[in-house]
Amino acid sequence: MTPSTTEIFDQVSELIAPFNQKSVPIKPETTFATDLELDSLSVMDMLAAIEDHFDVTVPLNILPDLETVGQVAEAIKDILDE
Amino acid sequence: MTTDLFEKFDSTLNEYNKLPEGELNPFTVSMDAVISPTEAIINGRKTILAGTNNYMGMTYNEECLKAAHEALSSFGTGTTGSRVLNGTYNGHKKLEETLKDFYGVDHAIVFSTGYQANLGVIATLAGSKDYVVIDADSHASIYDGCAMGNATVVRFTHNDPENLERRLARIRKKDPEAGILVVIEGVYSMLGDQAPIKELAEASKKHDAFVLVDEAHSVGVFGQTGRGVAQEQGVEHLVDFTVGTFSKSVGTVGGYCVSNHPKFEALRLVCRPYVFTASLPPSVVASANKALELIKDSNLRVKLLENSMRLNSGLANAGFNMGTTGESPIAAIIINDKDTAVAYWQNMMQEGVYVNLAVPPATPNGLYLMRCSLSAAHTLEQIDYMLEKFIAIGKKLNVLD
Repeated sequence: MTPSTTEIFDQVSELIAPFNQKSVPIKPETTFATDLELDSLSVMDMLAAIEDHFDVTVPLNILPDLETVGQVAEAIKDILDE
Repeated sequence: MTTDLFEKFDSTLNEYNKLPEGELNPFTVSMDAVISPTEAIINGRKTILAGTNNYMGMTYNEECLKAAHEALSSFGTGTTGSRVLNGTYNGHKKLEETLKDFYGVDHAIVFSTGYQANLGVIATLAGSKDYVVIDADSHASIYDGCAMGNATVVRFTHNDPENLERRLARIRKKDPEAGILVVIEGVYSMLGDQAPIKELAEASKKHDAFVLVDEAHSVGVFGQTGRGVAQEQGVEHLVDFTVGTFSKSVGTVGGYCVSNHPKFEALRLVCRPYVFTASLPPSVVASANKALELIKDSNLRVKLLENSMRLNSGLANAGFNMGTTGESPIAAIIINDKDTAVAYWQNMMQEGVYVNLAVPPATPNGLYLMRCSLSAAHTLEQIDYMLEKFIAIGKKLNVLD
């Protein structure tokens, strides 16, 4: 059984911690560019960590649609459910 | 109210506008006159060119100049057409024969720039059901080739065969039949590091993936006959597609892809960056052809790497934090912050040395670099002059103790 979106969100939040240099509180609506101030390369590095943790492929193509932490959790959920 | 299309560039412009105008701006350099492959007049000052990727110094080679002049007189200034219409001259076909001979392969296609070669080959080969797997530190032309195509794009950690293999295994588990193209570079241009092609290609072959190696910064520089890093490492049999450029070692402009794939010529029909653009001017084609012939039999690469090692080891011995080792033609000093990097660049210019100020996103890991690309045409005196100025300015700006 695949984990719930909430469980995935909690795990994603932990994976984001090393990139969250200003210790911004992580909520589903937290954005990578504005709230966490991550550049596109940092976002890609973060995504690689998430890929390895969940053992999934997150194509770079969907990156423009992933603006918030919640959207990433939902994308992982979708990929795991496939 | 409508939105100004340029509004999204405001933050970029704001950053740019903080830079000084005129000769102190690192992004508006203009060459008033070029004296040789290694010297130009910039802002009225005689300047050593230490950041032009002119690795072999071919831009003023007499045989190349002669070939270009002859082609210019015989065939005119341009072809005014696509390779598949009126833009293929004898010279273009001859250049492709020269490339086939240079690489010992069955097929060669010439593009109008190296950027377009990557754009065209990657975007065309990997279709909507396929995957492109690229090194995280890939050149913009590789990222743009991915963006132009319809394939699923996956990134692996720079030069990490184990990380690549893990990603390929995941793709194969999900999609056993998919076509996969793995894209790597022979030499990465910012820090001059080589790809471990053998390990990366073996991981790729294990999962039935094709391998493309971009040798833009390594053709002419590495390998017994200058074919690049795959030849140097003895692993050309593991490489399916080699992309390269004429704008560095070859001393002009243009790009190419070579391959032994039996259906490779199909690209001439379906690759849009090949079809929908004008072909290279005859003079460019002629000088590229001559330069490739010269590179194959020359030992300029020995002199080039000696030059690079002299500058790299001199800088390292002086105590700089180096991004490079001297095993490629690149010498890059890591500077801690942007303001110091800009000031360093300005001071070098005022002392008559042009280097590249390399900043993110062109650089990996958000680095600020004073980047030099050496040339076989640099004299030892020029290198020692660069070294002297790098050290003096390093002390002045407290980059060195």
